[in-house]
Amino acid sequence: MKFESRFLLFIAIFFTAVALVYWFWGYEDGGTVMLVGSALLGLLPGGYYFWWSRRMTPRAEDDPDATLADGAGVVGAFPSSSVWPFVLGLAAALVALSLIFGFWSAPFGLTLAGSAVVGVIMESRRGGFV
Amino acid sequence: MTLVVERPPDLGRPGEPEPEHGPSGILKWITSTDHKVIGKSYLITSFLFFLLAGLMAMIMRTQLASPDATVVSQHTYNELFTMHGSLMLYLFAGPFAFGGLANYIVPLQVGAPDMAFPRLNALSYWLYLSGGLIMVGGFLTVGGAADFGWVAYAPLSSIVHSPGAGPDMWIVGLILTGFSAIFTAVNIITTVFYLRAPGLTMFRLPIFSWNMVVTGILILIAFPVLTAAVVMLWADRHIGAHIYSVAGGGVPVLWQNLFWFFGHPEVYILALPYFGIVTDVLPVFSRKPIFGYRGMVFATIAIASLSTAVWAHHMFTTGVVLLPFFSIMSYLIAVPTGIKFFNWIGTMWRGSLVFRTPMLFSVGFLIVFLFGGVTGIFLASPPVDFATHDTYFVVAHFHEVLFGTAVFAGFAGIYYWYPKMTGRMLREGLGKASFWFMFVGFWVTFLPQYLLGLHGMPRRIAEYSAAMGWTTLNRVSTGGAYLLFISVALTLVNFYVSWRRPVAASGNPWDGHTLEWATSSPPPHHNFLAIPPIRSERPVWDANHPEHRAWHAPRRKEAASVAGDGREPR
Amino acid sequence: MTDGASRRPPRPCPASPRRRVARWRRLGAPLGIALGALALGGCTVPTFGAFRGSTVQGHDEFKLWFGMAIAGLAVAVIVWGLIFWSVVAYRRRHDDEMPRQFREHLPLEVLYTVIPIVIVAVIFYFTFVTEDSIDAVAKKPAEIVHVLAYQWGWSFTYYDGSGHYQRVRIQTASQPQPTALPATSSEYPQMVLPLGETTRIVLNAADVIHALYVPAFNFNRQAIPGITNVFDFTPTQAGVFPGQCVQYCGLYHSEMLFSVRVVTPARFQRWLAAEQGAQASSQAAGGTA
Repeated sequence: MKFESRFLLFIAIFFTAVALVYWFWGYEDGGTVMLVGSALLGLLPGGYYFWWSRRMTPRAEDDPDATLADGAGVVGAFPSSSVWPFVLGLAAALVALSLIFGFWSAPFGLTLAGSAVVGVIMESRRGGFV
Repeated sequence: MTLVVERPPDLGRPGEPEPEHGPSGILKWITSTDHKVIGKSYLITSFLFFLLAGLMAMIMRTQLASPDATVVSQHTYNELFTMHGSLMLYLFAGPFAFGGLANYIVPLQVGAPDMAFPRLNALSYWLYLSGGLIMVGGFLTVGGAADFGWVAYAPLSSIVHSPGAGPDMWIVGLILTGFSAIFTAVNIITTVFYLRAPGLTMFRLPIFSWNMVVTGILILIAFPVLTAAVVMLWADRHIGAHIYSVAGGGVPVLWQNLFWFFGHPEVYILALPYFGIVTDVLPVFSRKPIFGYRGMVFATIAIASLSTAVWAHHMFTTGVVLLPFFSIMSYLIAVPTGIKFFNWIGTMWRGSLVFRTPMLFSVGFLIVFLFGGVTGIFLASPPVDFATHDTYFVVAHFHEVLFGTAVFAGFAGIYYWYPKMTGRMLREGLGKASFWFMFVGFWVTFLPQYLLGLHGMPRRIAEYSAAMGWTTLNRVSTGGAYLLFISVALTLVNFYVSWRRPVAASGNPWDGHTLEWATSSPPPHHNFLAIPPIRSERPVWDANHPEHRAWHAPRRKEAASVAGDGREPR
Repeated sequence: MTDGASRRPPRPCPASPRRRVARWRRLGAPLGIALGALALGGCTVPTFGAFRGSTVQGHDEFKLWFGMAIAGLAVAVIVWGLIFWSVVAYRRRHDDEMPRQFREHLPLEVLYTVIPIVIVAVIFYFTFVTEDSIDAVAKKPAEIVHVLAYQWGWSFTYYDGSGHYQRVRIQTASQPQPTALPATSSEYPQMVLPLGETTRIVLNAADVIHALYVPAFNFNRQAIPGITNVFDFTPTQAGVFPGQCVQYCGLYHSEMLFSVRVVTPARFQRWLAAEQGAQASSQAAGGTA
């Protein structure tokens, strides 16, 4: 994880440097805010990885000499069939359309969204259709 | 990901679909979370948007072929260029490479069974589809589709100057597709950071996947800004906010700042994946490794970083931006781009080149993008920008870079990975014909447009007077556009022929280097039966050409057998 | 890193000097002819259609543009040359051909990182100097013209160098129609400027963002509601120059045309006096000025 953390921290440092140069050269607020935001975007995961990479057990994919046997075992759960993304997508579209054509369609979309969230959580707990 | 133990897949012979269970037909497509299905859905949907936007371009070029033409009305023309730009940039170029190719290829290249968050992946696709349909649905409204240009400058995009539902559908389409991109970015970055096969360190990732990671980071930086900006625009339009309108204390230039803080990284979000395609194709057809791998990685990171610090070079003519800062940052992007170019040439140098269709399109990309990049340097100079901003010079420049990447390199990607995705080969003859029509058609279309810009022809105009002297160049440009039309038609015919009279593709028809070529075409459920040992950035080459591999026995452990470990589902 | 059989038979040295010279000789002839033609052509390298700039500011831009175009073309020719060379010289000749599998060459990579940085620094220096000269606004202009851009026309209001209103206002006659008349037609407003003297333009917009563009002056500047943009024109050439709005502003953006006529200062004063008279009398007669 070391390189990933360095990569993200580089982003944080780069944007901090650019934001400083930009602010003291041009005194423009909008751009400076966006640059600072981007620095924070690198700092958050980068800082976490920096902290965690020192504590985690080394992973096979970071080891240039690892063999496939080193990585044997469960990779993770990859649910291979679920209707809830479609329902949630439809719900999002309905809510978004309510921004144009009036808020009367929003409750329907929000209900669908709620049911999709519940559905996804139940599916994850039950193991889903893998 | 929850800790549920996977059922081992019940596989037939490699390359055959596993026995069917679960939903079938349209329900199967709607409920699929397989990155390969989702990737193909993105590819097909985005390609359809490409064709639609291309037709709009043909209509525009037909209108501009004569001065004072009346092929379409002013209003329709304005809708056409707005939607042509919006479809191409928001609904084709990004989703094709990042939603389509990345989705399909990145898990294969890192040796993963699927993306890290399969259901989120599916959600991304449905958000993209619904957002895209809503945006295009603007054409069906009374006032017509959005007609304020793909950049929607305030105050032109306010409710006063652009009333109607079409612009709102454009805004909503952007919100939905923006979230789609953000979710896909999260998915890809997580997949590459967490699901790599053993031995696949970050510095052995194929450059295609590397570029996708960097693109993902750029998306996370840029798209939230766009979403915020368009939500603020919606607020101005519908709930009485005065963010962008002067009467009320707003600042119209704020829109330009926000939009271009998104807009410039966006064009690199569009370009970097296609650079990745070319960087994967060139080594395979040169029979050499990529030249300067580390340089490529650092150059990509440099390009992405710098691209977020140059946004106001689109605003040089506003008179209110810090010209020297943005000018020097824009010039600096040429340095890492040049590094990439020289590394691409270095890959071909003293290689053994064979010009199958993917290679033709990749070399075409190199030739076209070079000129587009150089004219970009001209535009990075504020004085030159004062003379050329918003003229056809800019139109030619960005078509050169965008078309060079999304279409030339995109077609290279299509021809390269089509066999992997479908198990069939595309015809070489039709592919080569498509390339040559595209290459010639491209220059005939866009070289005159550089000259038109230098002669003072503005962009986004529906007609011009014969007295301006722009007619001949416009006619030539339109002729070129028709050649491009033929080129795309030839590739469509190629798809059709490959479907009706298939020629089977093996697992590795091109002698490819990276992990996706270690499995069948198309890959089985959860992708791999076996993975070769990974000791360099081209594990499949190392396995197939052991006498030319770059590594020696590992320092510490014994290498697994060259053919991999057999029946494990990884 | 250097495994694999090379595709040429083993030699005492990587590439025999004789082979290298032969390759260069083959390039030499066409290159020589091209350069010779250029020199014989009297060094009139084409401007690719760019305007030479009919103002001092525009001409400064042209000089920068021209330098950059030459540099850009040189870079393009070199890199295209490398690409074409690779494509021609390294075609696969036998199926089992296996090139040397080299991956990097650190000194070369450093070189093509450092050289572009140097080139960029040079270009930036010239850009910065030119930009300063174009953006500079004279303390005491000869004339001041307030330009108001609106959907879909222009209004030019004349003030003298100290800011006194001169009672001359030129405006687009009526809402433009899609007739595709040239910008120099009398349908569109014409801004008259004195030759050789500096006129300050004060640019505003009434509704949406527009932009004032005169191609022959190599210059355009956005007109943004709420922001006043100020810049100078110092014309160096007499004549009539078309102009157009170049920032998309809605339905009749294509019709938002105007022209600029540059005349000698004496003729300019005569024109100004005539306009003052004509506009005063039409105002007295109750017409709209």
